[in-house]
Amino acid sequence: MMIALEHVALTYQSPDGEIEALRDVSFEMEEGEFVSIVGPSGCGKSTLLSLISGLEPPTSGQILVDGNPVTAPSSRVGLMPQRDQLFEWRTIWGNVTLGLELRGERDRAAYDRARELLEQYGLGAFAQKRPSQLSGGMRQRCALIRTMATQPRILLLDEPFSALDYQTRLSVSADIHAIIRQEHKTALLVTHDISEAISLSDRVVVLSRRPAVVKSIHDLGALRDLAPMERRDAPAFRTFFNSIWKELDKNA
Amino acid sequence: MPDSTPSPRRLAYLRAKRREKGAIRSLQVFLLIFFLMLWEVSARLGWIDAFIVSCPSRVAATVTGLYQSGDLWLHLWTSCAETAAGFVLGTLSGTLIAVLLWWSTFLSRVLDPYLVVLNALPKTALGPIFIVWIGAGTASIVAMTLAISLIVTILNMLVGFLSTDEQKLRLLRSMGASRGQILRKLVLPANFPALFNTLRVNVGLSWVGVIMGEFLVSKAGLGYLIVYGSQVFNMDLVMASVLVLAAAAVVMYQIVLWLEKFLKKYLGVIA
Repeated sequence: MMIALEHVALTYQSPDGEIEALRDVSFEMEEGEFVSIVGPSGCGKSTLLSLISGLEPPTSGQILVDGNPVTAPSSRVGLMPQRDQLFEWRTIWGNVTLGLELRGERDRAAYDRARELLEQYGLGAFAQKRPSQLSGGMRQRCALIRTMATQPRILLLDEPFSALDYQTRLSVSADIHAIIRQEHKTALLVTHDISEAISLSDRVVVLSRRPAVVKSIHDLGALRDLAPMERRDAPAFRTFFNSIWKELDKNA
Repeated sequence: MPDSTPSPRRLAYLRAKRREKGAIRSLQVFLLIFFLMLWEVSARLGWIDAFIVSCPSRVAATVTGLYQSGDLWLHLWTSCAETAAGFVLGTLSGTLIAVLLWWSTFLSRVLDPYLVVLNALPKTALGPIFIVWIGAGTASIVAMTLAISLIVTILNMLVGFLSTDEQKLRLLRSMGASRGQILRKLVLPANFPALFNTLRVNVGLSWVGVIMGEFLVSKAGLGYLIVYGSQVFNMDLVMASVLVLAAAAVVMYQIVLWLEKFLKKYLGVIA
């Protein structure tokens, strides 16, 4: 198993009292799998990603990556935050190599690899441009390359498309999906958009309201082999959508 | 747009814009000349007492006199140097302290009430204390300037530092960044706009500090000239000094604006 969550629970302490964010979350992910987490807003989806990326420890339960418990941020896991979060004061190249820079990477090969990714995904000519000179879709791509530059095997995507308008969102998510597949990354996407989850992933994990538990896990089966846009036209899409929608609705 | 010749409507729009700009400029110049002439004529015709309010020709003569005797440069230089010293010192130490407070939330919470009191206190009240402690000289004037700009700098910069985007912080931490790296790679560059706002405010505050300081204790400087002029009832000298001061303050403010533009362009800092 690439990732295993075993009875993960998290309780926050705040001056006003204890907040139980996650009660009991368990699921596993295989290498190369694309899994989405959907759930009502404020159910702790983003918190779950923080735990998996090692930013904070769970109160109980454990998270294993490659069989090792997660204790601190590691280069095996790359986080793609909400919105692209590109640094406006850096060039595209400066943004893409941020992770390598922080790590104090001296190996030329790592930078060559980042350069290759930029070229391969059509941003080579923009290396010296500023983020403000890029379209929304290109910015998102740049953010993905920034995350992949440090060569993590697992990508955690935290509602990365939430700031885009609907039209852009469809094409950008298909674009990002294709890149992740091509690079053979294991990806965990958090979203509140059910159709986005169904069009991109192999499996969908449904979380309950806070305190979150896993309500159900849907294997998308035949849809797995289709491209995101094709899935939206498949009959099975409706079926999955309805059953996930009902589960979330029951909850609310 | 392949069509390179602007449409007649576009041309008319541009013409109207140009005309409006021209009208504003000429009115501005006219107002200045009108005011100066009114001042001069009223003084000459005896509507106002030139001994009390001076007049443009006498101010001009005074400035020329100061220039010829070499005193103008001495006083101008003294004040500008003190302002620049206070400005640089205030901005640097203020930013440094803000960094320390950002680094240690505990320290910042401990010092919070002191900052509030110091911020509320009219800093000019500290002038006599500085004179007793530091002595009647340039050091006291710079201390005065520092007192006026330091607290504002700390508070402004700290607010900026603390409002750094949570998601960007999360991104850096997930990449394993240390606190020092977060400061250098994110918090400082993200607050360049805040820094320049502070610089602009500080130029003005530094002049206030210097003139205040020179009023209290000085042997040279524009503030000294103003106080000296009023004591010997030489209003020409007072008016001339105020005008030179206004010019110097504008020039310094422009230098900061220019510096900001330069840095934005060549360091790629975008507001």
